[in-house]
Parts: sequence; C-alpha cells; structure tokens
Amino acid sequence: MNWTLALPEIVLAVIGLAVLIIGVLQKRDAVTICTMLTIGGFVIAFVLVLAGGKGSAFNGQFIADSFGSFNKLLILAGATLAAILSLDFNRKQGIERFEYPVLMLLAVVGMMIMASASNLMTLYLGLELQSLSLYVLAAFARDDLRSSEAGLKYFVLGGLASGLLLYGISLVYGFSGTMDFSKLASLLVNPQMASPGLIVGVVFVLVGLAFKVSAVPFHMWTPDVYEGAPTSVTAFFATAPKVAAMALLLRVMCSPFGHLLPAWQSLIVILSIASMVLGAFAAIGQSNIKRLMAYSSIANMGYALAGLAVGTADGVRGVLVYMTIYVFMTAGTFACIIAMRRQGRAVEQISDMAGLATNDPMLAMLLAIFMFSMAGIPLMAGFFGKLYVFLAAVQGGLWTLAVVGVLSSVVGAFYYIRIIKVMYFDPPAAAFDRRAPSLSFVAVATGLFTLLFFLFPSPVVDAANVAAHVLFK
Amino acid sequence: MNAGNIVGFPLLSLITWLPMVGCLVILTIRGDEKTIASNARWTALWTSLIVLVVSLVIWIKFDRSEAGFQFVENVSWLPEYKVGYKMGIDGISVLFVLLSTVLTPICILASWESIQTKVREFMIAFLILETMMVGMFCALDFVVFYMFFEAVLIPMYLIIGVWGGPRRVYAAVKFFLFTLTGSVLMLLALLAMWLQAGTTDIPTLMHTQFPAGMQTWLFLAFFASFAVKVPMWPVHTWLPDAHVEAPTAGSVILAGVLLKMGAYGFVRFSIPMLPLASAQFAPFIYTLSIVAVIYTSLVALAQQDMKKLIAYSSVAHMGVVTIGLFTFNEQGIQGGLFMMLSHGVVSAALFLIVGVVYDRIHSREIARYGGLADRMPGYSFAFMLFAMASVGLPGTAGFVGEFLVILGALQVNFWLAFLGGAGMILGAAYTLYLYRRVIFGKITRDDLRHIVDLSPREWAVFAPLIVLTMWMGIYPSSFTGFWDASVAAMVKQHVAALAETTKLAGVLQ
Repeated sequence: MNWTLALPEIVLAVIGLAVLIIGVLQKRDAVTICTMLTIGGFVIAFVLVLAGGKGSAFNGQFIADSFGSFNKLLILAGATLAAILSLDFNRKQGIERFEYPVLMLLAVVGMMIMASASNLMTLYLGLELQSLSLYVLAAFARDDLRSSEAGLKYFVLGGLASGLLLYGISLVYGFSGTMDFSKLASLLVNPQMASPGLIVGVVFVLVGLAFKVSAVPFHMWTPDVYEGAPTSVTAFFATAPKVAAMALLLRVMCSPFGHLLPAWQSLIVILSIASMVLGAFAAIGQSNIKRLMAYSSIANMGYALAGLAVGTADGVRGVLVYMTIYVFMTAGTFACIIAMRRQGRAVEQISDMAGLATNDPMLAMLLAIFMFSMAGIPLMAGFFGKLYVFLAAVQGGLWTLAVVGVLSSVVGAFYYIRIIKVMYFDPPAAAFDRRAPSLSFVAVATGLFTLLFFLFPSPVVDAANVAAHVLFK
Repeated sequence: MNAGNIVGFPLLSLITWLPMVGCLVILTIRGDEKTIASNARWTALWTSLIVLVVSLVIWIKFDRSEAGFQFVENVSWLPEYKVGYKMGIDGISVLFVLLSTVLTPICILASWESIQTKVREFMIAFLILETMMVGMFCALDFVVFYMFFEAVLIPMYLIIGVWGGPRRVYAAVKFFLFTLTGSVLMLLALLAMWLQAGTTDIPTLMHTQFPAGMQTWLFLAFFASFAVKVPMWPVHTWLPDAHVEAPTAGSVILAGVLLKMGAYGFVRFSIPMLPLASAQFAPFIYTLSIVAVIYTSLVALAQQDMKKLIAYSSVAHMGVVTIGLFTFNEQGIQGGLFMMLSHGVVSAALFLIVGVVYDRIHSREIARYGGLADRMPGYSFAFMLFAMASVGLPGTAGFVGEFLVILGALQVNFWLAFLGGAGMILGAAYTLYLYRRVIFGKITRDDLRHIVDLSPREWAVFAPLIVLTMWMGIYPSSFTGFWDASVAAMVKQHVAALAETTKLAGVLQ
C-alpha cells in the first residue's frame, strides 16, 4: 500500500494536531504562533504536493493525479491567503483564538481529500471533515448574533445537503454494487447499467454538491452566511472550499458518471444559467459588500458550471482556469473589504467606500482592478477565465448557455462598476484606518496576478489542460 | 518567434506600449500636489509627442503600393490555441493609428488648464487610452484586437465619470453598459470563428470562407458590437449623454477615435470576412443609416446645448460613413474611410471649440452666447473653418468624403444617394444656425464683454487641426493614396466571393 501518496494530507493532519497542542500549552500570543505554523504547514504541503508521485492508494480509495494536484495547490494557495487575511482581522475583532487556525487546517485536509477522492466513501469523509470545520468557523464570533445565526443556518442546511448526498450515494451503491469511481465508470460504459434508480442517485449526489458550490437553486444559505460570518471566515469560504467542491463535482461528474453525460448535462445547464442570472440580478439591490460578494460568487460558480456542462476536457480546463483566477481575485477583493475599518470598527456598506480614490488611491486602484476583472473586462485576468469557459461552451454547441452567460455578465458588470463609481465618482467620506501590512501584501500580490495574468497565461492554462485530460483518459 | 519586421525593430509595439511607460513614470512622481500636477502634464505631453514622432516615422516608411500588412510583428502567446500577439498595419489602419497619435497630445494640451483635480490620474487614464486605441488599430490577431477594443472602456469610463459634468455617473454607466453588451456578443462570434477556422489570425480569417448560414449569425453578432460603437440609430442614445458629460478632451477622443472603432470593425471584419452576409444585410444598414442621417440632423437642429448638437451631428456623419462602407464599391468605401478620417479631425476640433468657451464661461448653452465675433476674432475664424468643414464645403476635409460616398451610393441606388445627400443640406442648416447664434449678433451679457481670444496654447491646439483640415480638402490624394491598394483588393475580394456563391448556386440548380 502506497501511503506516501497521501503524504501532504497526513503531514497537514499531524501539523493540525500539533498546533492544537501548542495552542493549549502556550499561554501568551498563542494565536500568532499557531497561525504562522498553519501557514508554514500549508507551504510544506504545497511543496509535498508539487513533489508528490502519481498513483492510487488505499485500495483505490484515494488517487493522486495531476487533476488532484492542481486543485490541491489552488486550495492551499487560497487557504494561505485566507490565513494571512485572518491575522489582522481576528485580532481587531477580538476573536483571536488558536482554534481558528486549527479548524482551518482540518478543513483544508478535508478539502484535499475531496480533491483526491476516488470512491464515494472517501468523497463523503473529506466533505464532512471540511463541512464540520466550516460550520464552527462560521459561528466563530460566538458573541455576535449574526455570526451564530450564520453558523446555525449553515449547519442545518449543510446537514440537509449531506443527507441528500448520502442518500444519493446509497442509491448509486444499491443499483450498481460499487462505490469505486473507476469501477463505476467501467460499469456505466454499458448504457443498460444506467437504471433509473442509479440516475436518481446521481441526481441526489449532484444536488448535495451543488449545495456546496452554492449553485442556484441551492444557494439560499450563501448570502446570510457570507454576511453573518466574520469577514476573515467569509474570505476563506469564498476561496478554498469553492475550489474543493468544484473539483469534487468535476471529478464525480466526468470520471465515474462521465458516460451519463446526456442524463446530467441538461441539469448542469439549468444550474449554470440559473446561477448566472440570479447572481447577476440579485446582486444589484445589495448595499452590503459582503452580501454582494455572496451573489457575485453564486454568479461566478454559474460561469464555472458552464464549463462543466460541456462535459469535455476543454470544458474542464475552462473550469480549472476559471477557478484559479477566481481564487486570486476573490482573495484580493476580501483583502480590500477587510481593510475597510473606521475608528477601529469594521464597516461593510458599499456607501462606506465613497470617495476611496481620494482617501486611499492605492486601495481604490486595487479594488477597481478586481472589480473590472470580475466584470470580465479584458487585460484583467477575469476576462480569460470567461474566455476559456465560453470557448468550451461554444465548442460544445451550448449556444443558449453562452448567450445567456455573456448577457448576464453585462448585468453583473453593472454592479461591479457601481462599486468603482462609489469609490471614484462620489464625494469622499471619512477616511479608513491605516491598513495592516498583511492586507496590503495579499491585495498587492493578487492584484499583480490579476493585472499581469495576460502576459503569461500559458503556465496556468497548460497545467489546467494536463489536469483536465486526466479525467478523460 | 519573429519579433522584428522589415525595419528590424518592433515599431508598432513601441508606439502601442510607450504610453504605458509614460504611466509608470508619472506614477513615480513625488512631491506636493502642484509639482505632481505639473510634472504629470509634462510627462504625458512628452510621451505622447514621442509616440507621435515614432508614428510619423511609420507613416513615412509605409509602402503605399502594397495592399497587404506591413511592419508585421508576431510573438507566440497562446501557441496551443494558435493565438499570437500579432501586430501589423495596412493602408486602412495606418492613418487611424496616426489619427490617434495626433489627437492624444492635442487632448493633453487642451486639458492643460481645464483639468485641475486629480491631474496625475487624468494623465494616466489618457495614456492608457492611447495604448488601447493604437493597439486596437494595429492588432492582427482577433483575440488581441478584442482585448484592446474592450479595454478602452476602462479609461473612458473613468474619464467621463471622474472629470465629467453633473450627470456624469449616468452617462458613464450608460456608455459602459451599452458598449459592453455589444462587445460580449462579438466575443461569442469571435469564439465561433476561432473554432471554425482554427485560428484567430486576422489576415487568415479574411480569406476564410464561412458557410452562408453561419455568416448571417456572425454578422448580427458583429453588428451588435460595431453598431453601438459607430453609433448607428437606434443604439446611438448613449452618445449625446457621454459627450455632454465628458470633459472636453474626453469628447475629443470619443468623437475623434472611439467612434471610428466601430466603423473600422465593419471594414476590418464584417465586410471582408462575411461578404455574403454583408451583401445580404446592406439594405438594412442603408435604412438605419438614412434614418440616422435625417432623424439625428433634425434632432440636432433643435438642440440648446452646443455639445449635444455636435454629438447628434456626429451620429449623422457616421451614418454617411456606414452608407459608404456598405456600397462595396471603391468610391463608396474610400469615401467612407475618408469621411471617418475627416470627421475624426473636424468633430474633434469642434468639441475643442466648445471647450474653449466652456473654460471661460462654464456654460454650453447656445443661448448664453452671441456676438463673440467682436471680442474673439481668432476664435471665430477657427470656428468658421471647422464649421465649414463639417458642412462639407469644397476645399475642406468634409467635402471629399461626402462627395465620394454619394458617388458610390449612386451606383447602388439613386434614392440612397439622394437621401444620404439630404443629410448634407440639413447639416448645413444646423451648423450655420449654431454658428450664427454663437458668433454673430450683439453681445448682451456682461461677462462676454471681457472674454479673451485664443491663447497661444489654444492656438497650438488648433493649428495642427486647421492644417490637417485644409490639407485633406485641398490635396486628398496624399491620404487616399495610402488605402487605394487595400481598398481595391477588398472590393475585388468581395466581388469574387459573391460571384463564387452565384456560380455555386447556378451549379446546384
């Protein structure tokens, strides 16, 4: 048994436990040490994933391939950025407890298992490890009513989704007799095997995962949780878990159930169109920036799903490129949101940003870059994400999806440029407090990525291409 | 990898990206607000002047007898998808590159005193805008073209929104959304062509035959984008708003260059790449253009705001351009191109003319003025010259284009030429009416009694435009000479494509 393939996950889990012990024993300043150790753990795991071998382990329950590695690297990058963002925010909000980095670590272990799952059981284990940690994180500001409410809401609805997922898994198992991805794939080559019961099971699995990526109509929790959770947690929610859930969705749909494409394609198309349209229109009326980001992430997941709907390697490549760009620009946006702090209090209304261009030109410029990027205006990275997804959609002949997609991106552009309008055209409000260096670091690094992606798109696109083709061997 | 070209140096990339270097320099300026403002102005002016000089070198070295692309540069960018960073110019685009590089320093000079807040940001936005405009006219790869075409929105949105008038937010958002809606549909057409032809190389696409059914859809998608940009009736409504609210320099670039992007798109993409659909949709284009010419001219007659009047006249003039381009004969296309160029110079100059009095009185209302001839003889002279050019007086830039377009239109249909020509008469009416109300009459307002004539800086702004206007009118072949070969090749190709289809249809019958 080749357990070394799971070395990054094992190392991270061990570091997680070690951090827990250190946190308990250390009396003073435990949080900074724990967070630093966590970031260090992410970096070590990053290197291990890069250097790791390829193959399958634990009797085929766990698979290490380039698809998994690509997503793990992305998850780790997103989690690292989120951890850096939490440093300053948690201290100022008075929620700096060492459990925070520990929970983050464990959630990331769960996400990495999700990216490598090759059995419905592993899938469920990874998903639950991730979800349970995230439920607690959502309610981390336990004295804050909104945060507790967010945690509870997330937990109840998440539990429901897990139940649906589990029910789907049991149906699939019952009608096919296996939970192994490769065995399922070889069984389903024969169309006779796709009994209605199995299809119903696949639909339940799809629903459970759609909840995790917050695709419409399973998005209800997203705005409330995004708004209620502490902003550092929201920044985490919006990046790494989305990548993990999308990776899982891609692998499950394309690898074991790939031959059922005609059965699930129309479902994904509907999810995608509904997410893009609702994300675009519902965001227009928002006045809270975190709530707006929730709808924005719903719309973004809609665009990513458009790539999956095609069901080809080109489509999956589009999704992977999209998610890469999405993680960086979202992390950057949240760095800017966390920097919104006036006289020690965090503010989160869009109107609070009025005249930011006068008070803090640097921050305004960075946020403008992220907003133009999210709107998909060229030269910014976001354009390329949409380009690859829509290229695949056009190639697959999904014209309705493509046309609805580009038109809803125009609606989306309206609220993104509204933020720029508030920052640049409105008379200045009171200035924000000084930014912490950690926030500036994240915002500038992701801003440069977003701005300069067009110069060197090849490394990301090529890696995504290799990763995508693994699923279609 | 073939970065160089016949000159042995990537000149086109140089003029495209040099303004960005200027931006970086401006970003590094330190000091108090006044130092920053003054240094930013000078840096921007010098950058744009250097770009102008380099583009003049290109203009001189350009081989007029060659119909194909010159100064071609090619760097691999996304090799797997056969997308390259490819730049090159032919006889059609070279003059538009020059138009952009000439107007940018003029705009910077024109906003020397009228822009007093956030000068650094303004200059940066303008230099980015120059990069995008020049890059768009030079791009020989469809994806690269699209990127420049779209990215123009960012600086223009900020220029209108930050330095604009009272309703700037509405105008900026409207401008952004109208243009973006058209562009995203073009993006889908781009993707479809990419998949069909397997490349995004513009010269290759020009010689690719797309199936007739597909051409119809592609044409409509392109039309959505370019018609908004031109702008054609009925999607022109963003233009008056954007012009009225934009600062003078923004209006100049908007009228001078950005409107040409749509017409350039028709010439570069729709007509050569989709000949069948272009021929099929030509009557539709004629109809919209004639409505634009007559309707917007009448609307212009009723305007109370000088900028709005010129904005509506732009829509009318661009209607003449689209008539010319879609006649598919040499006179028509040449006329359309010439009209684009002359409108680029003349309407830009007219917006500057309005800017001069706006800087002094802070009003654009026509009724607010009158009798300026007494106090501002130099100004009245310049205004008269550009007004005459706008009307299309022989000997000025405006005449040549309109004359050629009508000549081309006559070969298609008498009524097309007649109704298109009616625009000239209405044009004379609203322009002369405007001139009379502003310049002649008696001075009635006190503040007008002390208004001062053009300053040396303002003369420096107008002098090159006056020279260009006269030059284009008196010796037009020094401009048409550039695109004779390209246009002839284009018309030939169009005729051949149609003939081939007719032949095919004959075989099938």
